Amino acid sequence: MVAAAALRVVCCGGSPLHGARAVFSADARYLLCTSGDFVKVYSAATEELVRVLRGHGGLVTGVRLNPHNRLQLYSSSLDGSIKLWDFTDGILIKTFTVGYKLLALYALASCEDSVFAIIPKRGGRDTFQLVSVKLTKTAGQDVEAKEFSVVLEGVDASPKCTAFGREGEYVASVKNFHLQVYFFKRKQLNRFSLRATNAKGGNNLFTCVACHPKEDCIATGHGDGKIRLWRNFYHNKEYVFSTLHWHHDRVMDLCFSIEGTSLLSGGVEAVLVQWHSGSDCKKDFLPRLGSAIEYISVSSDGTLYCTLHTDNRITIINSNLRFSKSIQGLIKARDVKTGLVVDPRTKALVLNGEPGHLQFYCLQSDKQLYSLDIVQQEYIQQAGLNQTDLVKVAFSAQGKWLATVEEREEEPDLELHLKLWFFDEETQSFKLNTQISMPHDDHITAMCFRDMDELEDDSLILVTAGKDCLFKVWVILEDTDPEAQQSLSWSCDFVGSYHNYQATNCCFSEDGSLLAVSFEETVTVWDSSTWDLKCTFCHPPGKIRDISFGRLTCSKYLIGATDHGFLCCWNLLSCALEWSAHLNVVVLQPDPLSEHIAAVSWLSKESSLFVFKPNEPRPICIQRNLCKERIQFAAFVPRDVPETIGSEKYLWLRRSQLYFFTDTQELMTFSTKPPEERLTVSSKQLAVEESLPVTPFSLLLGKHRHQQSQGDIDLTKVVRNRHEQDSPAVKELLHTPAHVLPSASFLCPIFINSLLISKEKKSAEEVADEVEMESEEAEEDSDEEKDVTEMEQENIKPMDLFGEITCKLSKAEEKELRKVRKMDYSWISAF
Amino acid sequence: MASYKPVVVQAVPKLGEKVTQDTLYWRGYKTPVQIKEFGAVNKIDFSPVPPYNYAVTASSRIHIYGRYSQEPIKTFSRFKDAAYCATYRDDGKLLVAGSEEGSIRLFDISGKAPLRQFDGHTKAVHVVGFLSDKYRIFSGGDDYSSNLWDIPSATEIVSYTEHTDYVRCGCASKLNGDVFITGSYDHTVKVFDARTKSSVMTIEHGHPVESVLLFPSGGLLVSAGGRYVKVWDVLKGGQLLVSLKNHHKTVTCLCLNSSGQRLLSGSLDRHVKIYSTTSYKVVHSFNYATSILSLALSPEDETIVVGMTNGVLNVKHRKPEESKEKSQKKRQPAYRTYVKGRNYMPKQEDFFVSKPGKCVLRKYDKLLKGFQSSKALDAVLEPHIRLYTPEVTVAVMQELNRRGTLRSALAGRDEKQISLLLTFVTRRVIEPRFTPILVTVADMITDIYQPVLGQSAVVDKQFLRLQEAIGREIDYQEELLEVLGMMDALFATLTKKKATYLEENTSNGLTNTLDQDMCN
Repeated sequence: MVAAAALRVVCCGGSPLHGARAVFSADARYLLCTSGDFVKVYSAATEELVRVLRGHGGLVTGVRLNPHNRLQLYSSSLDGSIKLWDFTDGILIKTFTVGYKLLALYALASCEDSVFAIIPKRGGRDTFQLVSVKLTKTAGQDVEAKEFSVVLEGVDASPKCTAFGREGEYVASVKNFHLQVYFFKRKQLNRFSLRATNAKGGNNLFTCVACHPKEDCIATGHGDGKIRLWRNFYHNKEYVFSTLHWHHDRVMDLCFSIEGTSLLSGGVEAVLVQWHSGSDCKKDFLPRLGSAIEYISVSSDGTLYCTLHTDNRITIINSNLRFSKSIQGLIKARDVKTGLVVDPRTKALVLNGEPGHLQFYCLQSDKQLYSLDIVQQEYIQQAGLNQTDLVKVAFSAQGKWLATVEEREEEPDLELHLKLWFFDEETQSFKLNTQISMPHDDHITAMCFRDMDELEDDSLILVTAGKDCLFKVWVILEDTDPEAQQSLSWSCDFVGSYHNYQATNCCFSEDGSLLAVSFEETVTVWDSSTWDLKCTFCHPPGKIRDISFGRLTCSKYLIGATDHGFLCCWNLLSCALEWSAHLNVVVLQPDPLSEHIAAVSWLSKESSLFVFKPNEPRPICIQRNLCKERIQFAAFVPRDVPETIGSEKYLWLRRSQLYFFTDTQELMTFSTKPPEERLTVSSKQLAVEESLPVTPFSLLLGKHRHQQSQGDIDLTKVVRNRHEQDSPAVKELLHTPAHVLPSASFLCPIFINSLLISKEKKSAEEVADEVEMESEEAEEDSDEEKDVTEMEQENIKPMDLFGEITCKLSKAEEKELRKVRKMDYSWISAF
Repeated sequence: MASYKPVVVQAVPKLGEKVTQDTLYWRGYKTPVQIKEFGAVNKIDFSPVPPYNYAVTASSRIHIYGRYSQEPIKTFSRFKDAAYCATYRDDGKLLVAGSEEGSIRLFDISGKAPLRQFDGHTKAVHVVGFLSDKYRIFSGGDDYSSNLWDIPSATEIVSYTEHTDYVRCGCASKLNGDVFITGSYDHTVKVFDARTKSSVMTIEHGHPVESVLLFPSGGLLVSAGGRYVKVWDVLKGGQLLVSLKNHHKTVTCLCLNSSGQRLLSGSLDRHVKIYSTTSYKVVHSFNYATSILSLALSPEDETIVVGMTNGVLNVKHRKPEESKEKSQKKRQPAYRTYVKGRNYMPKQEDFFVSKPGKCVLRKYDKLLKGFQSSKALDAVLEPHIRLYTPEVTVAVMQELNRRGTLRSALAGRDEKQISLLLTFVTRRVIEPRFTPILVTVADMITDIYQPVLGQSAVVDKQFLRLQEAIGREIDYQEELLEVLGMMDALFATLTKKKATYLEENTSNGLTNTLDQDMCN
């Protein structure tokens, strides 16, 4: 490890996946979608992330398959470039620099050498134009593509609002209350307008457009949930349209099936609607997809549909509207109220997921482990409804118990439920044990378990603090009646209050003997066995925002942060203020495995991190300008193996890793490793996938193809092949059934030949040795923190590194190729 | 893929007495049979052999009753004065009884005249019994002595004069033929061994001992005296295991049920309490008309017989078990569906296609799934749901309110339906578990149907009733608040003292923790 690496903030959990419409590869095996600055390649069969295409310097706004080569992909980005990729191998083939922000990308089969893009109009503010960009076929990786012609003026920036019709004969674009159709051949522009509201008060705003692939028909979605099918739009006056109405709110996206026999639509209801042959009466539904549908796409063979959802989820659906798969990383709920909680059992991060659900998100594999339905009510996707929301979560020390609080605020009254879940070893999931309705008369502000490491249940205590000026202590009751269905249940044991102040925080000391509850400006400390008030602390002015006990050697200290910008440390032995510092702390988070406490401050539009031990007022580590956003929550996640950290300054990161959650719903963490080590091409999965259909025949056939198209051969693959299967000849020999093999005398020279070659190879291997080591090391790291992407802080160049490898390998690889070519497959022709 | 989630009907814990398995068991007796005896019933003893006759000692007679007979089938009445403690031998053939004049008589069940008479006690003998070797009798008398008699020779074997007051109760160990226990008014229970000259153990009960009982295992001893029932561990040298104080008058008799799992105690406070012998908590209790002197339970708990001070014998018989044949009468599935595929063993290469279990939705859930709110509300206003499971109706109303469609579901109803709705609301709005949502419903109904008020007499009447019900509830709540205020005032005087005490305590506690930490 590098000794004095700087601490860098890195983003976890990926960027939103719903930036643009996803695209299926031609054989529907891969799903390509944008994710921040990257394009991600998922396997449609296994939902694994296969590859990440990195290279854009800005948000990727569109991906399209190259209509002339189905293995290639165009992507456009806000950095003003269009890139052409070979997505199966993750190679950047070309970069076309346009020089304008590209907001959407369209590629047509009928246009040989140009693609269409939406760019902002020069000089105009918030006006956009659809242009055709000419992609020159000059050699070289970086090509200027400054030659473009304007097709349509004044289009909407959203890629949903423009669509190309049958074989690229026309383009339809909607904006506000206008639909414009431009015919390329006739160079004619037809404009159709709707009134802002119709007779029934519906909103006629156009939201999206789709064109029928075989007929002259345009489907438009509207703000009031109507879908209009326009026909005969060649003439400005004689157009007709029919209306389909099912959605009760804004149609978010429309998409025709490949043959155009059915139309798919989606909206905020989270229901995918399939309209058959454009009639209002025949329709199929796929309800309860979780959250609002942002984009719908169809695979080119028509077998799969895919919906992108607003909460960062991809759903793959069979064409008979059967739910097939769901790709979900960190679900970004609208409002995270539970904070970041770590499940002690799985070390997964737990926070709000789907509405009414709790998501268990595995940080190592960037995957959702499972989603626990807490509210257990049918979720009605409708604006303006007061939904039941999950607001508080707490785990007991071993993760055996989970406590959740859900609330629903209807104007005059409040619905509150405290639920206690028991981890069932048999089913390996949480089971509802006790439900307490209205545990407090007002909102619950804090909740904590007594963190005792003992296994007995009777030491387990749950404390809830509420705005009704009370804190309540809940204990397990054991029902002695053997006939009762469950023997354990929770009930209230003690109710405490202090001068009718609202209880705002609660927290147990490490050994569980003391409970600290903050009541507005005062912190009270209670004995947890007798529930006597022991002492009170106060640091006026300012209400207590957060409190925390010190741990291990610092267990005699109590830390409190006030909203007047003070961080105070009280000594529990002397009952006096030990030290205080002027710091506007928004988050106070103790590390469960060490004495360190992390405090995140918010001052003049930047967040800073201070790590300190309670016994000394000097912080151990200060990290200013953490991010521009306000940090809402933080959590220490214990590492599986303590990391070796060279620098003294970052020793606090040894046992556990710190994660933050900002108010823009970004999950971030720290890394001490230099950027090169973190960024690697995850190529393993692809290798696995490719080796799936290993019939001897396909292997032989594949080799022949390789021979034929030698120039196109993927470099990395050959390197890999060399390690995986020592000699293809031997492999084939072993894999072919004995009864179809030619006589041994025929095979003997091949076999011997292969042995000879392996000796020749040595020199090539030596060259590659160094590179190999590096890549192996890198791969190990990537296991741990895959999909952790860089923030702005350091400028990384993954492509450089990658280029280096290919350069060095080229010689070795050429030799290898020659060998392959030399090999004698003539015995095949004998059959 | 998420499926439709049915409406959750909130389960509310049942108030009042909890119905446990014990309550059901002990309630399973028929109405008691009352038999009038000549005097206070001081002992009831069941014959250990079928047909489980029982001997009742009252005044100067011993009556033997059959299981269902209300008349005695046999009477021993050769006593000049009161007879005491008629007890069967293990084989049910012999009966022994003490008497006021001090003699002990041994009867054959079939005969009339006593077989033996044991004289030696100078005062009344209140307790006699057989040792488990069948050939000896122990007795305790008001002359403070406990004696042991030999049946064949009718002679006294040994006399212990260790008690210092009347000996009024005793029992013999079932395991050891030499051990017996007597309890006395001198507050002690003594364990005697016939092989030794003196008592082997003395247990201090603390009150005049009225009854003693040894568990079948011989390890635990129960003594009753005063208001206390105490359980002692004999094997640990007479250590007190548990002290039960569930009666408010003297406990007079003890008895175990046939399985040994439950202990029964009868008292002068007219109650019989039943304890679990594992937790020693009261699991059930019986109430009687007058003070109880004696108590017995027949084998298999078939009959409970209780004797009172006023000479009434109260006999309760167990109800016959409900026949379980009813459930078997259910129609069996057809042969075809029942057997088909049952005997098929999947082979190794077979795919197992699991069919997802079909989830059956209730009618209102089906309607809610289709967003038909008005019909869903109709469905839960059906009489059988509205009357028997009002929580379902209210849960659906709540769900509609959550979906924001409650108002439209309530609107557009005719006279009959409105009156039905109002009847439901009027009846249930005062139940605390339904109040929040039904107040909203009542609010909405008044809002919606305000314009048509006065058009229908039926609906107007219902509205008035609702108003009345709510008015009554408000008055009631106000009264409750007044009571609460009074109680607060009472408690305030108490807490004042306590507060000062608390302060002292906290300071002490603090110094304690300080000291501890210093030590650390």
